[in-house]
Amino acid sequence: MIFIFGLFLLTLLVITAIAIVRTKDLFVAVMLTSIFSLLMAANFFILDAADVALTEAAVGAGVTTVIFLCALALTDDKEKPRQGGRWVAFVTVGVLALLIIYATFDKPRLGDPDAPVHQHIAPWYIEKTTEYIDIPNVVTAILSSFRGYDTLGEVFVVFAACIGVLFILGVSPPRKTRGVTEKNSGLRHHLIPQVVGRLLIPFIVLFGLYVQFHGEYGPGGGFQAGAIIATGVILYALLEGESEALRAIPRGVLLGMVIGGALLYGGVGVACMFMGGAFLDYSVLAADPIFGQQLGILIIEAGVGMAVCGALLAIFHAFAAREILS
Amino acid sequence: MDLLAHLPALQVVVPMLSAPLIVLLQPRGLAWAGATAVAVLSFAIAVALAIAVLDGQTLEYAMGGWPAPYGIALSVDAFSALVLLVITGAAAAALLAAKPSIDQQIEVERQPLFYSAWLLVLSGLVGIVVSADAFNIFVFMEISSLASYILIAGGPDRRALPAVFKYLMMGTIGATFYLIGVGLIYMMTGTLNLADMEARIGDVTDINPILVAAGFITIGLALKAAVFPLHVWVPNAYTHAPHMVTVFLAACATKVAIYVLIRFDYMVFQATLDAHEIQFAMFMMPLAILGILIASAVAMFEGHLKRLLASSSIAQIGYILLGVSFVSIAGLSASAMHIFNHALAKGGLFLVVACLAYQYRDLRLDQLGGASTRMPWTCAAFVVCGLSLIGVPGTAGFISKWMLINAALENGPWGWGLVAIILVSSLMAVVYIWRIVEALYFQTPAEGEAPQSEAPVQLLLVTGLVAVMNIYFGIFPQVPLELANSAAALLLEGSR
Amino acid sequence: MNFLELLGYFNYWVFAIILTVGLYAVINKTNLIKKLIGLSIFQSAVFLMYITMDKVEGGTAPIIQKGVEDQIFSNPLPQVLILTAIVVGVSTLSLGLAMVVRISECYGTIEENEILDAD
Repeated sequence: MIFIFGLFLLTLLVITAIAIVRTKDLFVAVMLTSIFSLLMAANFFILDAADVALTEAAVGAGVTTVIFLCALALTDDKEKPRQGGRWVAFVTVGVLALLIIYATFDKPRLGDPDAPVHQHIAPWYIEKTTEYIDIPNVVTAILSSFRGYDTLGEVFVVFAACIGVLFILGVSPPRKTRGVTEKNSGLRHHLIPQVVGRLLIPFIVLFGLYVQFHGEYGPGGGFQAGAIIATGVILYALLEGESEALRAIPRGVLLGMVIGGALLYGGVGVACMFMGGAFLDYSVLAADPIFGQQLGILIIEAGVGMAVCGALLAIFHAFAAREILS
Repeated sequence: MDLLAHLPALQVVVPMLSAPLIVLLQPRGLAWAGATAVAVLSFAIAVALAIAVLDGQTLEYAMGGWPAPYGIALSVDAFSALVLLVITGAAAAALLAAKPSIDQQIEVERQPLFYSAWLLVLSGLVGIVVSADAFNIFVFMEISSLASYILIAGGPDRRALPAVFKYLMMGTIGATFYLIGVGLIYMMTGTLNLADMEARIGDVTDINPILVAAGFITIGLALKAAVFPLHVWVPNAYTHAPHMVTVFLAACATKVAIYVLIRFDYMVFQATLDAHEIQFAMFMMPLAILGILIASAVAMFEGHLKRLLASSSIAQIGYILLGVSFVSIAGLSASAMHIFNHALAKGGLFLVVACLAYQYRDLRLDQLGGASTRMPWTCAAFVVCGLSLIGVPGTAGFISKWMLINAALENGPWGWGLVAIILVSSLMAVVYIWRIVEALYFQTPAEGEAPQSEAPVQLLLVTGLVAVMNIYFGIFPQVPLELANSAAALLLEGSR
Repeated sequence: MNFLELLGYFNYWVFAIILTVGLYAVINKTNLIKKLIGLSIFQSAVFLMYITMDKVEGGTAPIIQKGVEDQIFSNPLPQVLILTAIVVGVSTLSLGLAMVVRISECYGTIEENEILDAD
């Protein structure tokens, strides 16, 4: 039963992808991309990747769509048709597709427990997580501890994106010829979004906090939590107006969150070095190595959540606060 | 805390964790001072690492205390040390000279963000070089790429934006191809650690996915390394970036992608796939030769100074790739030396460009007349670095060209054809360097464009230093030579 | 072949198709935002490939439950890698969109051929 559902989802995925490429209206394309991400998340869930499904839904379907729409509001809505040859592109991608399909025939059967990819490292992780770290969610254990260095890099990628957007959009747009735009007042005059939104926002933030602190016990963790809390604040910005949201959480605080989160993560690593272990070796943080690991994971996940939330909100405000040229 | 043991980790941690701190340094000039201090410290760490591996040993470090392949391992050997010296040296030198030029091109409010991005590029590049884990390389590759997009986007001209957008597109496609390749290898071997992959590929029964993976990884890295014909993002990106950014990126950014390509190929693929050497050579050599000839030819007719030097960079990358495709100790040493020497020569040339740009607003060749009268030191530095680029005896560039020719001659009858190509392209280099020298020394100044004085002392000092180093390493090349030879020996022995 | 096998091969073929659809959009379209959308589809296809290989027959999500013996888990490692890759993808996308906004302000258009003609 579930396999038929999986086949159905995959087919829908292909149809959506082709529709995205063919449509001329960019707003439609962005909405379809959001649906594409959601279908992708459902697919991940069927393939037992719960953490990834949560991240793809929160980050892919949620935040990406918001940023795309912000950018669309500042540029054009329609795409102009392309003149001229498309054969080169067709041939290139056709050859590429055939090449990949050719390579798939030698791949291990899906789900084969004896495939090489399931030997060697994976069973070690599953066995040793209980022994060394003692938390139920193996994915969080790998993400935060075994391969914590990668996650540190990832936090700095988010940091780079944040300062990049601030840098590029830090140049004021050229003077408009029209008069001053009225202040963005959000959806204040629409009753239904106001009522429903105000009901939803506290639950969204609460859910975000739950995901943050229960990342070790179930699917969740810093990235998802940061994205969810950022979504709650963005909803507030949509309802009350972007300047109100900026008053609630000012730019300085956002930048502080990003820098603080990144330094918190790195700081834990450096502290581990000072206490005698390798960089990011949490076992030396406390007398009991297992407790040290859990303490380390808790702190760095908090750092990650702070950094991601601050970065996403800073990027949103950088786009949303920009005056629209007519 | 045993400092020496932690050095490989510190090489990455020091610039990376300083980057967020730099954003907080708002007062005028403080961000620059902080970034320069960190870059110089990173250079010191790289020198310490180079001394430690000079006798051929490899420094290993297990991140998080977890042993490889379960955790992420760092490994520094002679080849890594050489590239680390190039990266940190280029970053430190460019930053030491940067202040006057950047103050001219970027607004003061945005500068802390800019210098923070610079440190992120530095930490990303060194992170790639010290890493021994395929996915970790991807993460740091993206850190350095994203941060370098930010740096290039700081260019004052509006044309910087489409240029950096194209770079973003091609760079992300390259990184994603690399990711596909790593995924395919992981699927067949079950590990992400490079040394472990080498051990386990031999047990794989179906070779096809591995070949496809090798193809994807090579194309992905070739996009990042500006190998012909995937080099189209380079001329625009280098030309419209801020001048000091071009100094930094031209000296080391593409070399790191070649470093990863060499590592992957020699450590993982050569040992385990039969006849891979011949496939590799057949594939790489024609592309290298085409890159050398076509890029040099384009440079001969180019009218804008920065764009000319950018085309020349593509040709030089062709030289490095040519040495790699020989699959011999001589070829690999020549390539490693050229990574070092080209960074010196090109870095120096672009520093001269920054000096000239301080006085000239338009950098097209026909506008540069009269420079030699008012800016004698700048032009002298240009001549020295230009000679090094051509490969005149007595300069650093000569050493690597000579090694390359020797390596080519080892290839039998084909070797003479290759030597001819190297000589012809060197002649083309003479042509385009002469065109610039002619413009600087013998052309009459354009209307109202004559410079008032020399470039600022800070810029001039660093430019002069780099020019002098070109001559120094041409006469006393022992240290880089030893590193390069160790590197070649390690790479080839790893693949036996 | 049974359903799981068919599903397995179908997953890879869908990956190949979506990859090429995304790449086609990047190469062929001239609108910059369309290119970015194509890039994001291209990256999503790669995520699909990684997650496909992590499934073990009869397994569940890799969360160890206390007291239950002999559980079969799906492979946790590709999930970790893709979590990182998703975040990297979003970061690249936001940078790209910031550039597009600036290009639109400086050139007045976001069609690539018009931008090339303007310089």
